[in-house]
Amino acid sequence: MGPLDGWALSTDATWLVPIPVVLPLAGAGLALALYRRPRLQRLTSVVVLTLVLVVAVALAVLADGGPLVVDVGGWAAPVGISLVADRLAALMLTVSAAVTLCVLLYSLAQGQTEGEESAPVSIYHPTFLVLAAGVNNAFLSGDLFNLYVGFEVLLVASYVLITLSGSAERIRAGTIYVVVALLSSVLFLVAIAGVYAATGTLNFAQLALRLPEIDDGVRLVLQVMLVTAFAIKAAIFPLSAWLPDSYPTAPAPVTAVFAGLLTKVGVYAIIRTQSLLFPEGRIDDVLLWAALATMVIAILGAVAQDDVKRLLSFTLVSHIGYMVFGIALSSAAGWTAAVYYVVHHITVQTALFLVVGLVERVGGTTSLNRLGGLARIAPVLAILFFVPAMNLAGIPPLSGFLGKLGLLQAGVREDAWLPMVLVVGSVVTSLLTLYALVKAWNKAFWQVAPEEIRPVHLPLGMVLPAAALVVVGLGLTVAAGPLYAYTERAATALVERTPYIEAVLPDGLRGTGESDEVATGGGGG
Amino acid sequence: MIDMRPSLVLVLVIAVLVGTGVYLLLERSLTRVLVGAVLLSNGVNLLLLVAGGAAGRPPLTGDEGPGPSSDPLPQALTLTAIVITLGLTAFLLAMAYRSWQLHRHDEVQDDVEDRRIARLAARDERAFTDADTEADTGRGRSSLDEEAAELHDDTDEGTRGGAR
Repeated sequence: MGPLDGWALSTDATWLVPIPVVLPLAGAGLALALYRRPRLQRLTSVVVLTLVLVVAVALAVLADGGPLVVDVGGWAAPVGISLVADRLAALMLTVSAAVTLCVLLYSLAQGQTEGEESAPVSIYHPTFLVLAAGVNNAFLSGDLFNLYVGFEVLLVASYVLITLSGSAERIRAGTIYVVVALLSSVLFLVAIAGVYAATGTLNFAQLALRLPEIDDGVRLVLQVMLVTAFAIKAAIFPLSAWLPDSYPTAPAPVTAVFAGLLTKVGVYAIIRTQSLLFPEGRIDDVLLWAALATMVIAILGAVAQDDVKRLLSFTLVSHIGYMVFGIALSSAAGWTAAVYYVVHHITVQTALFLVVGLVERVGGTTSLNRLGGLARIAPVLAILFFVPAMNLAGIPPLSGFLGKLGLLQAGVREDAWLPMVLVVGSVVTSLLTLYALVKAWNKAFWQVAPEEIRPVHLPLGMVLPAAALVVVGLGLTVAAGPLYAYTERAATALVERTPYIEAVLPDGLRGTGESDEVATGGGGG
Repeated sequence: MIDMRPSLVLVLVIAVLVGTGVYLLLERSLTRVLVGAVLLSNGVNLLLLVAGGAAGRPPLTGDEGPGPSSDPLPQALTLTAIVITLGLTAFLLAMAYRSWQLHRHDEVQDDVEDRRIARLAARDERAFTDADTEADTGRGRSSLDEEAAELHDDTDEGTRGGAR
């Protein structure tokens, strides 16, 4: 396949690839300029995120035929920055676009009914769009440093969102969040410097070719550093203590989108680097132990909580363990299940946080000792909470059950004692999740209200996006067959590695390192 | 083969910057944390420069310049990292100022909720008062429990209690 064929391919659909990054950034600028016109600002963000969703779906369909690659600025792969949309990236992109759109619609209704004081509209929308751009950039990045930039973009946006309105509580929680995120970014940067010093490149595809040639010990150090940096972002025990502390204080839509996306970007980065750069899986045993500790310890934390938001933050950490379990199996089956689980968990966890936002609105609190009797006041809420809660706990036939089943099967197939321990641990965690969530459900919806709760009108604009996400979660069950097949193809490509490498470096697996202009002697650029 | 032996001076500077940075990062005062973060990221920026190796032939253009040219990529990375650090420093500074506005100090506080749950655990108490299953918790908790326990007796009463 010559370079011209690659060019011919890039003229048809690859122009779509940068859009999920560029469009929200441009939208953020526009929204900031429109800060005096809240209505136009809202319209901008809704239109932008809807377009991103459409593009993401198109990319997911197109990427099924092979990875789409864009060399930014016209410089060929090892020199320029590549944006790569393979099945994994496009799938994550689609889910994240759907989730961000739902959360945005939810926050629109919330902002309109609560007035400006809890959601300063002029800052919220641009920041939210920047967050979406950062997340999308991290998913599409074909380059270690561009991944870092994506992380920083989404983190800086998240700093603003988590300290929105600057109340004492949020500043306290935000401080810890910012400092921890800063530390992980520094670690990531050190790892990048190490990778560059050892290999002279930061392009994923070229790294995949060069890393096997360097010293084993150096490679292990680089791998451990990268995984540690991502593990902080993904909240894997023992690097997870910051999450339940900082997330619950933020406004409900912010917590929801953080819970759905930010940790999953870390998980995605681990999947990408483990599969493409370090396929030997030399730290798999450590990761398996970390996964076990994450699952069990965090769910025990969830059981101890009496505040729904904190309880959900702990289940969030706990279920990251399932994904790490799948990743650490380093098999096609494990990765298939892990990717499916990520998709399931993003929708379900976000839906739960949105519903808890509604619960807070009706009950005026999220403390389970003060809530009660909501089933009578808001029966719709009871259903909206119950369905994703059961989904998260893994009750058949919901998608949580299918994801866990896939992980258990992949674990059993390994035929070793440590994966079997993990299998037992996952089942126990699943049961404890059920216990924690049913307790929350009983407390919030069925116990006699300890304090009088006055019925509050729930704006339809908030209920509908939450309901939409719950329905999407159910849709993952209905469409489990095709979706699981899709994640299986994605995982197979991850195991093979060649589709990705060949798509990024088409020219004899090495790449010329020359831009089209230089190669043909043409000017411009 | 590129000469990748780093200069000892740079390595020592990086070590000092990162060492003091980590030390300050462990402090309680947000201002010190801020200074620590700045030192730390400057150390890492130098590390990125070291990662580029010694100067050599200019890349891409192919022709020999008037002298050896250093690797431009780590410089681009460092530049990006500096910009990001600048933004973060400004943000941390704003947070420290806001913290001072609110509390007249900028010490990083403990997680209040976590302390509360930990206290419960230390006293071997439950996070919940289970009105449904424990009619009388016997801890003299509050009249709320007793009230709830009374209302629990039959569903009809409970209905009224809930709808009140």
